[in-house]
Amino acid sequence: MNQLEKILSQSITLFFIVPLAAFLLTQFFDNKKEKITGTIVRIAKVFYMLAAISFAIGWGVNGFSPISFKLVTLYQTEHFVFAINFHYDKITAVFSIVGSLIFFLVATFSKYYMHRDEGYKRYFSIILLFAAGYNFIIFSGNFETLFIGWETKGLCSFLLIAFYRNRYLPVKNAFKTISYYRISDVAMMLVMWMMHHLTHQNISFTQLGEAKEIAEQTNHTGMAVFIMSMLLLAAFIKSAQVPFTSWLPRAMEGPTSSSAIFYGSLSVHVGVFVLLRTYPFWQDMLWVKILVISIGALTAIIATLIARVQPTVKTQIAYSSAAQIGIIFIEVALGLHWLALIHFAGNAFLRTYQLLVSPSFLNYLVHHQYFHYHTQQEKPVGRLRTGLYMLGIKEWNMDALMYKYVWSPFKWIGRKLNPLQNQAAVILFAILALASLYFSHSKAGFITENKTILSVIMLSLALLSVLFAFTYRGSALKAWIYIFISHLFIFSGLLRNSTDVHAAEGMFYNIGITAAFLLGLFCLITTKKADNHISLNQFHGYVYEQKPTALLFLVSAIAMLGFPITTAFIGIDVFFTYVNSDQWLLITLLALCFIFIELSAIRIYLRIYCGPHKKLNHPVAFRSS
Amino acid sequence: MQHNIKEHFNEDNAIHKLKHFLPSQQALKDFIHHNSLHAFQHMKFYDAIFKASKIFGFQVHLELSEYRAMYKTGRIREDILGKVIGKKKKDVTEWKNKLLNKKYDTINHPRIGQLRRLWKDVYHFDLDNRVHPLLYRILCAFLDQGIAVKGFPVANKSFIESIKELERNNWVSFFKTKRVKQQFLSGDYSITALLKRIAGKEEYFEQYLFDQQFAHHGWSGFTSAVEDNPQTLLDKKLITLKELAEFELLMELDALTHQFGNNWQPITNHVTVPPLDLLADEPRTEFSEVIELWQDAFEWSYYDSVLKGILIAKPKPLSKEESFAAIFCIDEREDSIRRHIEAVDKNCETFGAPGFFGVEFYFQQEGSKFYDKLCPAPVTPKYLIKEYNAGEIRKGEPLYTKHTHGILTGFFLSLTYGFWALGKKMQMMFSPKMSPAISNAYGHMDRQSALTIENKSTADVENGLQIGYTIDEMTARAEGFLRGIGMINNFAPIVYIVAHGSSSANNPHHGAHDCGACSGRPGATNARVQAFILNHKKVRAALGSKGIVIPDSTQFVGSMHDTAADVIGYYDEEILNKENAERHLQNKQNFETALNLNAKERSRRFASINTKQRLEHVRQAIHERSVSLFEPRPELGHGTNTLAIIGRRQTTKGLFLDRRAFLNSYDYSTDPEGNILTAVMRPIGLVCGGINLEYYFSRVDNIKMGAGTKLPHNVMGLFGVANSSDGDLRPGLPWQMIEVHDPVRLLVIVEHRPEIVLKAIQSSEEVFEWYKNEWVHIVALHPGEKQFYYFCNGAFERYDPITDAKEIGTIHNMEEFIEGAEEMETNHIVHATEENLPVYLLD
Repeated sequence: MNQLEKILSQSITLFFIVPLAAFLLTQFFDNKKEKITGTIVRIAKVFYMLAAISFAIGWGVNGFSPISFKLVTLYQTEHFVFAINFHYDKITAVFSIVGSLIFFLVATFSKYYMHRDEGYKRYFSIILLFAAGYNFIIFSGNFETLFIGWETKGLCSFLLIAFYRNRYLPVKNAFKTISYYRISDVAMMLVMWMMHHLTHQNISFTQLGEAKEIAEQTNHTGMAVFIMSMLLLAAFIKSAQVPFTSWLPRAMEGPTSSSAIFYGSLSVHVGVFVLLRTYPFWQDMLWVKILVISIGALTAIIATLIARVQPTVKTQIAYSSAAQIGIIFIEVALGLHWLALIHFAGNAFLRTYQLLVSPSFLNYLVHHQYFHYHTQQEKPVGRLRTGLYMLGIKEWNMDALMYKYVWSPFKWIGRKLNPLQNQAAVILFAILALASLYFSHSKAGFITENKTILSVIMLSLALLSVLFAFTYRGSALKAWIYIFISHLFIFSGLLRNSTDVHAAEGMFYNIGITAAFLLGLFCLITTKKADNHISLNQFHGYVYEQKPTALLFLVSAIAMLGFPITTAFIGIDVFFTYVNSDQWLLITLLALCFIFIELSAIRIYLRIYCGPHKKLNHPVAFRSS
Repeated sequence: MQHNIKEHFNEDNAIHKLKHFLPSQQALKDFIHHNSLHAFQHMKFYDAIFKASKIFGFQVHLELSEYRAMYKTGRIREDILGKVIGKKKKDVTEWKNKLLNKKYDTINHPRIGQLRRLWKDVYHFDLDNRVHPLLYRILCAFLDQGIAVKGFPVANKSFIESIKELERNNWVSFFKTKRVKQQFLSGDYSITALLKRIAGKEEYFEQYLFDQQFAHHGWSGFTSAVEDNPQTLLDKKLITLKELAEFELLMELDALTHQFGNNWQPITNHVTVPPLDLLADEPRTEFSEVIELWQDAFEWSYYDSVLKGILIAKPKPLSKEESFAAIFCIDEREDSIRRHIEAVDKNCETFGAPGFFGVEFYFQQEGSKFYDKLCPAPVTPKYLIKEYNAGEIRKGEPLYTKHTHGILTGFFLSLTYGFWALGKKMQMMFSPKMSPAISNAYGHMDRQSALTIENKSTADVENGLQIGYTIDEMTARAEGFLRGIGMINNFAPIVYIVAHGSSSANNPHHGAHDCGACSGRPGATNARVQAFILNHKKVRAALGSKGIVIPDSTQFVGSMHDTAADVIGYYDEEILNKENAERHLQNKQNFETALNLNAKERSRRFASINTKQRLEHVRQAIHERSVSLFEPRPELGHGTNTLAIIGRRQTTKGLFLDRRAFLNSYDYSTDPEGNILTAVMRPIGLVCGGINLEYYFSRVDNIKMGAGTKLPHNVMGLFGVANSSDGDLRPGLPWQMIEVHDPVRLLVIVEHRPEIVLKAIQSSEEVFEWYKNEWVHIVALHPGEKQFYYFCNGAFERYDPITDAKEIGTIHNMEEFIEGAEEMETNHIVHATEENLPVYLLD
């Protein structure tokens, strides 16, 4: 490593520290102090842009060779290493420069655009956090680091979609989006899990080629297939490919400028990044290429068919952006990586621009109409044309299909669990969870020989608890307790499943989750005092009167699902590795638990703290607005 | 209006009633301000707003805590509060205590929506969620004016017929069940029959229908507006509210059948309460009386000082040697430019007249396939004026091409235009300038073009409209116009007719910034036409015979003020004779100075502009705002409008009114019997009152009666905006336009004897309703007595302002005064209203 490379490696951390520091700094100032927020953002955005460009130059001077660098090892045992690794190559270079330019422009645009919005500071905090998360993703040198960014970015997306949190539609659509995102998060966790079992270590991205060889040599192609399926699932969802496209237009609920930076450009291209980054792993897997090309092509065609009949500006842009990303996926699969990178940059710049100026389309096109209007002639309409038109208006039913085949079955199960709402059931489940925790911990038990069955039972109970919490319409407190119970079951189930769990890992997991649970409990009890009614049957919109409690609950909710703010983040990652690669049932249950824990926790947050405020003593938005 | 629940349900009557209450906003390109609660205008203001609030859940006044906070800051004056209470209540102390301290339950549970929510309560079924998103999409697709690359496939058929055409023999359907699709195609349904299946008992039908349509009052209102005014869409669409209700009922039936099969009953089978009489009158509560007193006190705290100011302001002597005269629109935004030009050139005189300047016509821009109406909305002109010999043809903006939405074209364009877009973004951020994508106030008519103002032959007709005016028609309009503003003698050598328009970028509501008297468009053409008429030799001869003698040396010049960019453009300058051309050069310079000062005055409200910079820099910054795509407040529109003063300029010339007054010139001495006044007063309620009340309601409930913040708006079909992709259309004004507005009713001040004023406002029932029902206040200023009379309970009674003369400050140096004015801390009403300055005397 020469001197320049050393400097470059060392300075990578600035890409996170500066936006994170700016994010933290903004928290100390009042919303009306726009000038201070503005100054902080200006320093961050200028730094970010200069850093991205000078870093790329430095990298070029150094001979365009990839830079890899391990920042810190957060946790290490003989079989598990959780390290923060960075990697920089042409892919990072392009994503970094494009990202910094768009961030710079959108932040500048927003400074005026957001003036006097009641969420002025909140907006800038979130996009600063997003910048840090985005950089975590694109600079990441291993899956663990990437995952930190992945979850951060998802959270920021969610917060900006629900930016106007006292209206119904933003809240509904934020939930819709995060439920897609959550599947991709868990898919990513499964990638890490299987990769760990395949290579018996926590590999960095530079080792992906080796990982592929291991898979081939050890005849573990099944593992590779699983890894790639999950990776593709994660990428397709984040980049709004068919059949997951319908979240994209619905995510355009925040201020136009936030839609521009997220769904026009940076956020939605992350799937492309992941595929480019992991290319060495799948470059020889023909089926992956065929699948990527097929989905890409299908998306390009279907999204275009939808885009061209959309009668609203933002949905039109959303679908045509998704269509271009489909083409970019094809380019990636064909190995045309430079083309893919340029196409990404062009598409990102174009869609950001179109979204930022989207309100001006009204005037521009009305004027166009004045001079170029032709009366439509009556002509026979072909079946194909009208059929495609109607399909386009219905967005090819993608939204309804996802609901019907993905969410509905779980909701159905959850509703069948109604008896769990009894006080006695709560106590029984709590005792059961604590007991299993105790027995698992002490490794005592009656059927020690077959630990898998016990683990499966515990995880099934965990899933049932959380599905109940996910659909329950009564007290939020009960739902919250069931989420915690679910965690206890998971914990004891995994403990039971393995013989060599480290005490520290259990501590990481437990402390993080328990702290989150208690904080959330405290918030809900505080809120309940307001008028003794916190049922999940309706939206309460308490954020209107209880801002700090709402924020605290949000923190506890994201901590509960293992967001990288508590030790539970590491604990959960490690615990995944205690499920063996052949325990399909166990891993399925675990994955489902982690999907629904987040969704249940977020659902409580949205129903209690967001949505139209229930007290009608001030203007409250109509549901349809 | 009393609703009788015993009568049989008649679907046409029900639809008719619905239409009456729905918002009536047309396409955004035709933004015409109107009273948001127009359906209640036959009632007294306070009775009406509280009733509307009970029915629809609107917030119709500021919150109690806000009034109280404004009392603490002194914005609501203690003495005025006492006087207001004393006027309406016996026990002042008791009521004052109620106003200041008593706790009230302010929660308002509206009547609307009570019935249909049972779907959720009884069946745990979110009917709206199942029906609305697709319904909006279909509606928007049908009405779309040109966003979609592939538009609606069926042309020239009604809404229902078009959908039928799509559904017939198709492999895709908007319906989920075959049964309902068949029913739809067979035509075997009616609102009544569908309601019977879905709602059940007949006595609930109307309530159900109201619930259903008000669950998306934006879309229903727009549908109804298109039905009544098809011309609001250039690409005409045949749709009725009845069709919408029918189709929605079918979709509801479809959703219910799909979910429950046959296992569901009409919703009223589950109802235990009798049908609600939605439209019943609402008894006034003590709380509503408290609000009434607060609102009165808030209003009079400003009015009273204005009236005092008018009494004590020293009238400036008229100059003997007038340099020029300028006739502006009565728009309150022109208050400041008039003040500044009068300060810059002490010898000029300014007038105010409704901005269509007495000439009503349709205008066709050269190359345009449509006509634009350039006169107040209720007027239907019989004339067409066409532009020809336009030099410049409108340019396109390549980046706005729809080809970016194709697969292959999108591919090539994102590889090429994508990077150009980056450059464009840089340019738009750091060097904003006018482009075809920005609404340009001067873009409606080319400055070098010619107009067909004079009619060649009465047979010269296009689409039923006569092209141009005959001499007689011109003379009639010229006479009406001049007499209206009292300009019948002492003509200055140059008379400018200054229309106004507004340039703004990225602003779907730009029409709301243009001239209201020209149906929400820039008024340049009107100014040019009236100037042409008044310069016409034959017209002048005819006017002379009617007693209005315009000397040959006097010339009229049409021009237009861009109220956002603070620019004035002049038309047909080449007609000026040598002396006037020289004068014009000097005047132009004076206008430039006045515009600089005007920009400075406006800049005090814009946080991004440093008011203390050099004048030219402030003006440059103001100009850039109007072409900045990132700027959601290119100007503040009619925000803060409060007064309409109908009288001679002399009465207001010595006052600083902070751009809050519509100023209509009228000289009582030329109209002793008030015949002209009747005509002058006709549009005041409708235009000024309409603007004022739209601002009022959009301010007090921006979330439901306004359009909310414009930041997340999505342009729908080129006719409206909604939040996100699944939202209801948002009529009303966006937050960014109303945040400086004090929600007070308009105070009309007319300079004439009370009995003459009474006669003028009683000339027609529509006009009188505004005043009689207190939607607008009116005061007569008796010219002889110098005494005010306030119109109250059907009669004018004497009003003596209680503001002390010493309380009204004097401005000695305008620039310093503007620099010293404070900016609001936040846009909460208590802070925002502090930015609005009280009345001052001018030194």
